[in-house]
Parts: sequence; structure tokens; C-alpha cells
Amino acid sequence: MNHLSLIIKREYLTKVKNKSFIIMTVLSPIIFIALIAVVAYLSQLNNDKVHVISVLDESNLVKDIFESSEKTTYNLFENNMTLEEAKALSKESNAYGLLHVDKISDVKMASNHITFYSEESPSLTVISDLERQLGNKLTNINLKKNKVDIAMINASKVRVNIAQESFEGEKTSKTDSFAKLAFGIAAGYLLFMFIIIYGNMIMRSVIEEKTSRIIEVIISSVKPIQLMLGKIIGTSLAGITQFAIWIVLSTVLMVVVSAFIGIDISKVQTPQQELMQQAMETPELNMKVQEAIIAFYNLPLANLVVAFVFFFIGGYLLYSSLYAAIGAAVDNETDTQQFMMPIIMPLMLAVYIGIFTVIEDPHGTVSTVFSFIPLTSPVVMLMRIPFGVPLWQQLLSLLILVGSFIFTVWFAAKIYRVGILMYGKKASYKELIKWIKY
Amino acid sequence: MSNLLEVNKVSKNFGDFKALNNVSIAVPKGSIFGLLGPNGAGKTTLIRIVNQITMPDVGTVHLDGVSLNEQHIKDIGYLPEERGLYKSMKVGEQALYLAQLKGLSKAEARMRLKYWFDRLEIGDWWNKKIQELSKGMAQKIQFVVTVLHQPKLLIFDEPFSGFDPINANLIKDEILRLREDGATVIFSTHRMESVEELCDDIALINKSNKILGGKLIDIKRQYKINTYEVGIRVNDKEYLRQELTEKFSVSEANFKTLEDELKLNIKLKDGHKPNDLLNYLTTKGDVSHFVELIPSVNDIFIKTVKNN
Repeated sequence: MNHLSLIIKREYLTKVKNKSFIIMTVLSPIIFIALIAVVAYLSQLNNDKVHVISVLDESNLVKDIFESSEKTTYNLFENNMTLEEAKALSKESNAYGLLHVDKISDVKMASNHITFYSEESPSLTVISDLERQLGNKLTNINLKKNKVDIAMINASKVRVNIAQESFEGEKTSKTDSFAKLAFGIAAGYLLFMFIIIYGNMIMRSVIEEKTSRIIEVIISSVKPIQLMLGKIIGTSLAGITQFAIWIVLSTVLMVVVSAFIGIDISKVQTPQQELMQQAMETPELNMKVQEAIIAFYNLPLANLVVAFVFFFIGGYLLYSSLYAAIGAAVDNETDTQQFMMPIIMPLMLAVYIGIFTVIEDPHGTVSTVFSFIPLTSPVVMLMRIPFGVPLWQQLLSLLILVGSFIFTVWFAAKIYRVGILMYGKKASYKELIKWIKY
Repeated sequence: MSNLLEVNKVSKNFGDFKALNNVSIAVPKGSIFGLLGPNGAGKTTLIRIVNQITMPDVGTVHLDGVSLNEQHIKDIGYLPEERGLYKSMKVGEQALYLAQLKGLSKAEARMRLKYWFDRLEIGDWWNKKIQELSKGMAQKIQFVVTVLHQPKLLIFDEPFSGFDPINANLIKDEILRLREDGATVIFSTHRMESVEELCDDIALINKSNKILGGKLIDIKRQYKINTYEVGIRVNDKEYLRQELTEKFSVSEANFKTLEDELKLNIKLKDGHKPNDLLNYLTTKGDVSHFVELIPSVNDIFIKTVKNN
């Protein structure tokens, strides 16, 4: 035991004191935040730019809907202008584009008569904004023509929001589901990243001991399994340290950057988000935010946190012992490729199943089965748990995970024990099976 | 005299490959024991078994009369042939770490390291990284780390490789001194002259079997060839050569002399005594050189391995 703590300490300290580790730890959040800031800044620049859109409305139907806003200025042309003249004029005045509404005989077929001309392809937001406005206006015209009272329609609209409740009386909602999904994907993705980054680190550190030929000296003092476990635990602690620093540093930087540079990073949005927001009325948006916060608190938080800790540790240890075995089996990093595939594959599979199947049907056969198979269970189960998984299933899955972890450690230790003292021999799978029998 | 290490009928297979076959060795307390054999004979496997790196399939190993167990790790110091240190770790930190793995407390390790570093005049390397040192310098650190915890049994696999003659000599003296202080040394090497110089006992392993073992002096006696190197001053060398060839089996010898002597290796026939030869020779001329040829370890090694 004393040996184990010595090894853990050394592994941890060498990792943490390593120059490139320190640089990565400090630099990553800075680069990350800088990137976000740049994106935010650029999109703000974009937003600040006022689009001038010329409008030639030969139908005389939609003229009145174009109200200039801070983002867009509409420049209405007179109807006596031809399309060619309008185009030339727009181009000359450096307008963003020209919206041409031809004479419309049948409002229903209006789509055939509306064209947007521009130098470059227009932005998606501009077009959809125009489409929405035109659509609304034309619909209203149509309604009026059919003698339908718009006020009545608006008054008779009913919004349905189905309340969801489980048989046990647990209330959920769509936003709840969304929060669950977000949590599941975040947890699964975090585990995935952690395994890949720090699993590789463990593997490299095993290879380093082989190439520096210190391994035999160490092995004459400690058991291989102690060394392996020490490596895994030490590296994981270094990983947790790095992650924690990343989170703290990112948060601090985020606050500092947004305060000093005056860019509100939370406003960075993708066009899709913008579209979604436009589709929602403003008061509803506020409600959504509130709902999201409530949804977050509605999550089975205690269960999530406990399950996250256990499945995260279990899954990570399982994979990292495999990484250690690979490190022991090869002489240098270039030889690791053939063994990496079988590790990455189940991991990818787990993430895909998590994203595609669990969302669709969190308690379906596929999701359930894969949340028990040890190599995929940590990720899939973590994604399922927010949707409420019976305790016995969680425990069973965890039990299988722990069992297979013990088996993998035993198996990896066998390969490790033989592999670390093998030089120059290129390991094949056949060779590995032989080693287990030694 | 009792034995410190007793390896009894040990066999070890790796798959279909037999690395050791029923090998027994006994290393007397306080001796320097030479473990010899061609490459791939199984020496390293045997050493790894003693170090508990690999377990024997059958057979027992006793250290100081006790069956080998985890407690013995601190009683053994092992300098493997494939050796190295963490390249990016500082010398001092690294030595402290390795010493602690062998069961020394940090304070104790630091004290002893200081002693050894001063002794080998390498004190100012403490804060250097291994990658900044030359191979020979790193080997010195490695040696210190091996002996630091004052083990009863020291196992050196090719200890002199990588050292210049001065440092090799320094290390040799240190090994002898450690033996005087009570340590027992197992010494695996291909340098026969150092075996000749240092070892009291040897075991020769070839193709997984022990083919020769015991006190070096006994083995030499066993392998003596009743041959004498002779130098004699005579007027007619060819005549005497002819005469001797008829009586004994004779071959040319080569050694340095002051005059132009007849130089021969003369093998006695059964029943002849050296004095008979000497007496005979003195009647022929002035004998300037008369030495019994003792087989060298090198000769014994080559001869037994070839015959095997």
C-alpha cells in the first residue's frame, strides 16, 4: 500500500510538473475564451452593420410592412421603375440586396413572384426574416379577402402544453426532457473526452518506462499491478486537477473578458438559435428560461451526481487499464494504432447510441441493453439516468461495470507484467493471448 | 559456511519455450558468485525469478533459509542489464523515489544518498535531470541506487558496461568493499577477465540447463590439462624440439623472454610428474621458464559450451 501511494505521488507530480502539461493547463482556457471572444466580437460586428435592402413592390400589397429597424433599413423604390433599373440602382448604392415583388394576381401563388437579388448569397437570417414578414402579411391579406376576422382568429387561438407526469406522480415537461438530454450528453461527452485524453497519457507513460529501460528496476521493487494502478490513479488525479483548473480559469476569464471588453459572451449565437428565438415571442422566451431553470432543479440531482461519480470512475478506470495494457504491449507510440481501434470503437458506439437512441427512447431495448454492456454502459447509462432509471438497473449495471473492471485489470496486468519486459518483439493479438498464459 | 541463496530445481517455461530446466544453484554467504552463460541461456530469467519479477513453474528459492517472499525485496539490490532512469526526472528526486520503493524512509534515503554522492564525487548532480548526464554518469547513479538500501544480496548484470576503465575500476572496488561489509554478490557478465579476478564461485548455464557449477578453483582443478609452459636455452633448438615431440605431446608456446629460447607447451603423459619433466629438461639446457598452464575461465566457458 505504501508503495502504491509512492507511485501515485510520483506519477501525479511528474505529470503536474511537466512543462507541456502546465502550458496546456494554462493556455487551453485562454485560447478557448479568446476564440469565443473573437467569435462574439465578429458576430457583433456583423450585427452592428446595417443592411440596406431595396424594395421594388410592383404588387402594391406589401409596401407597408417594411419598417426600418436598427439592423435593417428598407429603401422603397417607386413602382414606375423597371426591374433592371432597380437592380442597377441597388448595385450603385451598395445595397445589401433588392427584394422584388412582382405583380401578384393570386395571393396563394405569391411565392412565384417574389425574388431577392444580391451581389453575394444573402444571409439565412435576412432571408428568413423577410419570408416571415411577407408570409404574415400575405396570410392576413388572404384572410381579409376571404372575409375572415383576424382579431377573431387571434382571440380564438389555443396553445396546448401537455403536462407530463409519471405514474408515481413525478411531474415533467418538454423543457425537463431537454434539460435531461443536455445533462446526459454533457456527462457522456465529458467521460468520452476524459478517457481519450488521459487514457493516452497513461499509455504514453507506460511506454516511456519501457523505452527508458527503468521498468526492470522498478519491477524488482514493486508488483506490476501496483505500478499499473499507481499510474492510472496518479494520472487520473492529474487529469482531475487539470479539468478543475480549466473550469475555474475559464469561468474567471469569461467574467473578466465580458466585463472589460464589453462583449456579452452569452449573446454569442448560432444562426439556428437566432431563428429559433425569432420564432418565439419575447414573453414566451422569458418563460422558457424560467422553465429551464425549474427543469434543472426538477432533475433527480442527487441520483445524477452519485451515478455520475460512480459511472465516471468505473468507466474511466475500465478504459484506462486497457490503455495501460496497450502501452505495455508495444515498444513505441506508432505501434499502438492496431490496438486503439477496439478501444475507440465501443466508445464511439456508446456516444452515438447515447445521442441517437437514448434521445428517441431512453428505455427502449437498445438503450437498455447497451447501458449494461460494460464498455458502453458508463456513457449510455449516464445519458439514460436523467430520464429516470430504476435503482436496480443502475446497481446491476454498476455491478457489471465493477466486475468487468476487475477482470480487465487482471487481464491488463497479465499483459502488462509480460509486456513491460519484452523489447523489440512486435506484439500481435496472438502474442498477447500467449502472454496471458505465461 | 552457509548459503545465502539457494535455488532448488527451478524450471520455467514461456509457452513452448523452456527458459530454465531444473536449475539449482547455491550462493555462499559473503561470496562473489559468477553467473555465466551464452546469450539467451536463461541467466536473466533466473535473475528475474530471484527478484520475484517472474515466478518459477516448479522449484523453490530460499534466501537466508526462508522461502522467497515479499519481505525479501528490500534484501536484494538488482542492477539489470536493461537499465535506465526516468529521463526527465531530477537525479536526487529519482534516487529518493527508488530508495523509498525499496523501503527506506525519506530521511534515511537522503542521508545515505548524500554519503554515496560525496563518496563518488557526484554531489553537484542532485538537481540535474538524467537527460543532461552522460551514459557513464547515469550508470553511477544507477549503481548508487542499487546498493543504497544495503541489501544482503546484490545482483549485477553486466555492471561494467558503459563505464570507462577508471570508473569501471572504481565500481569494482566498491563491489569488493561491499562484499567485505558482508554483502553477497551475484555477478552476471561476459567479461571473463572480471570473473577470473572477482568470482569465488561460478555457475555456467547453457540452453536452459546448468552445465557447470561450484568453486572456481575446484572447477579449474577439474579442467587442468597437465600442461606446462616451458622456456629453455639450448644451442640446437630443432634437435631438442624433435626429441621432446617424441616423448610428450608438444605445441608451440608464445610468451616473452629475454633470450632466444625454445618455447613449448608440454603436456605430461599419465603417470608423469612435473618434476620428471623438469629434471629431464635441466639435463638439456638452462630452464628459464616453467609454469603450469591453468585453464582460464574463458577456455572452460568455450570448451563446456561447445561440448554441450
